[in-house]
Amino acid sequence: MSKYLLDKFLYTVDRDPQLVERYREDPVGTVEWWEAEMANRILNCTSDENSTWLAFTDEERRALQEHDHVTLFRMGAHPFLTLTLFIACFERDHGPLEYQKAYGRAMEHITLPYPDIAT
Amino acid sequence: MATVAAVVASTHHPFYYRASTATGEDRPPFADEWVSKIETFRETLTRAEPDVLVMVGSDHFHQLWLDNMPQFLVGKAPKFDANWYNEEREFGLPRMTLDGEEELAAHILRNGLDADFDLAFSNELRIDHSITCPIITLRPQADLPIVPIYTNIFAPPLPQPKRFVQLGKAIREMVEAWPEDKRVAIIGTGHLSLELGGPRQFGEHGPDPEFDRKAVEWISSGDLEGCLSEVSLDSLHQPGNATHGFMDFMLMMGVAGEGEKADHVDTLDLFHTMEAYFTWYPNGVPQGAAQ
Repeated sequence: MSKYLLDKFLYTVDRDPQLVERYREDPVGTVEWWEAEMANRILNCTSDENSTWLAFTDEERRALQEHDHVTLFRMGAHPFLTLTLFIACFERDHGPLEYQKAYGRAMEHITLPYPDIAT
Repeated sequence: MATVAAVVASTHHPFYYRASTATGEDRPPFADEWVSKIETFRETLTRAEPDVLVMVGSDHFHQLWLDNMPQFLVGKAPKFDANWYNEEREFGLPRMTLDGEEELAAHILRNGLDADFDLAFSNELRIDHSITCPIITLRPQADLPIVPIYTNIFAPPLPQPKRFVQLGKAIREMVEAWPEDKRVAIIGTGHLSLELGGPRQFGEHGPDPEFDRKAVEWISSGDLEGCLSEVSLDSLHQPGNATHGFMDFMLMMGVAGEGEKADHVDTLDLFHTMEAYFTWYPNGVPQGAAQ
């Protein structure tokens, strides 16, 4: 399991307005495209110098494709990255702070210690 | 030699800009009280008449990323562009450009390295709301050159709390040893108890009001010994999963000094998190300053 690659997906999508919309509207296709084209891109290098070894597990891919922030949290994806991207995708469908509060309620069953997010 | 005109520690709440500028039905009920407290806090910096601002904050996965993550980083550049697309999107923050104070940055890098702090550096740093929030609250005209110093409170493994305190003490000494006749304010922002992306987020108060009460007491009284005796990398998970940002307050306690009581202390209990504002005047309260 690669927390790093989950975080890399969340990070690279969150910072790109077009990818945010694409992930909101077509999560299955966006995750497939991203894994094929972007997962191995070292962010400050050219594509000639891509990595060769990064891939999601089936469970990771499924969590991203199902917008399943609870499972992402359980896997140790960085909570700030997940929250920020999911607010960008879904806050607009709700009243003020409704989405943020529901996001927390969906994790009410999770107790300390939380999953480790360390490298 | 330079003078430390003020030491300022604060929470950095990205909602302040939008709340303080909203009008009519969009203006939250707590906005007026918040603005009033911020204006009082701002005056504590204005009265210190700084020439230069050293700004301690933490990048929120904007420019610094997991493929190349520094623990402590000094920005050395003539300009710093500021705020990011996702901060405009979520918080309505404006884009800004701040001047850099390169001589002081070089002084801190050289002397910090010589004092055994293995500081990273950046010659092209786009800063985020951990530094622009205090610009907006404390110096909205954004007219002073800055030296940004980033700490890693975000991507574990993190440095120990005592290391933040040690770096704060070193920053104070390095600023005071800068051979320029300038008035330097050292400003740092962090968090009290905070939960982001977990079950305790966006509650009626911060996730751990008891931690917040103790934290404000430690900071306002300069109780580094008490703070260090209770705070560890493990313990900071308990008050909320983003509470490691409190270590930037500990850094600022190091800047202010052991046992140094803050000259200005204020708090504001908001939903989701408590705001807290502190100012010390190491060389005496500026004339005319109210207590």
